[in-house]
Amino acid sequence: MTVTDSATPTAATPQRTPILEARELVKTYGRVVGLDGVSLQLYPGEVLAIIGDNGAGKSTLVKCLTGAEIPDEGQILLEGQPVSFRRPQDARIAGIETVYQNLAVSPALDVASNLYLGREERKKGFAGSVLRMLDTAGMRERARQELTRLGISTLQDVTVPVENLSGGQRQAVAVARAAAFGSKVVVLDEPTAALGVRESNQVLELVKRLRDGGIPVILISHNMPQVFQVADRIHIQRLGKSAGVITPTSHDMTEAVAIMTGAATL
Amino acid sequence: MSQLSSAPPAPKGDLASEFLDRSTPLSRIRNALHRYPAISPAVVLVVSVIVFGLLNDRFLLPSNLSLITQQVAVVGTLAVAQTLIILTAGIDLSVGAVMVLASMVIANTATENGVPAPLALVIGLIVGLLAGGFNGLLVTRLKLPPFIVTLGTLNIFLALTLLYSGGATVRGGEMPDLLPWTGTAFTVAGVNISVGVVMVLVLYLVVSFILARTAWGRHVYAVGDDKEAARLAGIQVNRVLLSVYLAAGAIIAVGAWIQIGRSNAASPNAGADINLDSITAVVIGGTSLFGGRGIVWGSLLGALIVGVFRNGLALAGLDVLYQTLAVGILVIIAVTVDQWIRKVRA
Repeated sequence: MTVTDSATPTAATPQRTPILEARELVKTYGRVVGLDGVSLQLYPGEVLAIIGDNGAGKSTLVKCLTGAEIPDEGQILLEGQPVSFRRPQDARIAGIETVYQNLAVSPALDVASNLYLGREERKKGFAGSVLRMLDTAGMRERARQELTRLGISTLQDVTVPVENLSGGQRQAVAVARAAAFGSKVVVLDEPTAALGVRESNQVLELVKRLRDGGIPVILISHNMPQVFQVADRIHIQRLGKSAGVITPTSHDMTEAVAIMTGAATL
Repeated sequence: MSQLSSAPPAPKGDLASEFLDRSTPLSRIRNALHRYPAISPAVVLVVSVIVFGLLNDRFLLPSNLSLITQQVAVVGTLAVAQTLIILTAGIDLSVGAVMVLASMVIANTATENGVPAPLALVIGLIVGLLAGGFNGLLVTRLKLPPFIVTLGTLNIFLALTLLYSGGATVRGGEMPDLLPWTGTAFTVAGVNISVGVVMVLVLYLVVSFILARTAWGRHVYAVGDDKEAARLAGIQVNRVLLSVYLAAGAIIAVGAWIQIGRSNAASPNAGADINLDSITAVVIGGTSLFGGRGIVWGSLLGALIVGVFRNGLALAGLDVLYQTLAVGILVIIAVTVDQWIRKVRA
């Protein structure tokens, strides 16, 4: 097993505690090794991209971090505390939100309902506790505030059904849902895979804004230009192991691809 | 917030306005129907009442209108249960069979076994819950399509009904007064209104409140709209589905009570057409068979439309087969309109 050295000095000061850290994760599927001792650090205020060829362990790594898979060995620390997620719900409760590529929003529901889906808020007093009434007006108001805070200016009407939105706007809703309401880490799994160029740019812009707003982001992507456009650091996976961590300034795209494919090493 | 939006220039006015700019009168109608799916059944109901009123003087008589409401009460009740299930992108072919089973259990326990009437009703409610729960478990645990599950349970419940009742009808006169009480009527402004009709209205109020105002209601829509998205949002999809089938079972049990009052009897052969009638009411009421779209009031409108058509055509002296023909055409039109409305998505 390789002890990966990923403490490359970067925008994030090395002394700072990572907000999310994976230590020596191992995950096997029968005889197939998904992860072979992978470590990863996500520091506050950064966008960490994870790249790698198919089967390099990107998704397995992310699934372990978001509770979709349970690692066989190794440790995950959130804000320095060891955590163990049995289900995606556990990770979500701990503050790790995931956005998937397939625009996972509920089309017929409006923007505000989607933001609050699965965590609706009830009215105060009798109406909320006995009649279980939703605080629709309050949720709309707070949804508006969250969208403004995240700088999503294209979604000011939170009463529009999501199906009336473009793909980019839908993904913005999904990202906003992940980033809103005090989440600590947002994981984006190929968020632009289903989108056109212009819509992808809107989502990437949103990723930068999340980071600038203080939410660290893990971005999984195949798209090198996009990765180099938004990432502060790039974690490269190769054959189930970490091939190293680079930054867009220390290496260029060709070098990154070379490391990813094994043509070069760090 | 505009100063926050930076770099890749989102054009002033955004993408939403681009969408609005494309709107034509037709697409505006479509968007309105999309947002308020009960508009079209409401228009159809009003127009058909006016037309039948003009065709026949007797149609608008209080006694005739009261007859229509009573004819619609049972289907209207089952349509509430059916709406809940169709909203989750399911369908329940067993609603009629469950209703008949529950009504036979209520009537027989009260007469043959001498169980006090309120307790008999509670037992009927339990039968409804068990039947709904059985459907729900098959749908959620065995992951079978609701159509197949309820096609199977339709036959199971019908067979159970005949086994249990021996095929014998229990007449209202044999029962304690509470059971046919739903059929008793009082007069408001010359119109006879039965207790059952009032119960149906209350049921619609309660269910529409729950669907529109509670988290559970929103989850019902979300599950029917996109199951996977609902799951990813942290909704326990199977729990929502099971609760919908249980709720439907309870509502059907209420329908059984109303049915006893309406026909002043509990008959194992009642309600042969009522399965399809309840689906018809829901579909005409603008609820999408693909789930996630529709409101429960639409189903009441749908049930009333069917009732008005049947009654109006009968008063016009047309044969029953024309009533059936008209209902068939209504269903096709309703589903066509639904498909057209759903194109908004594209």
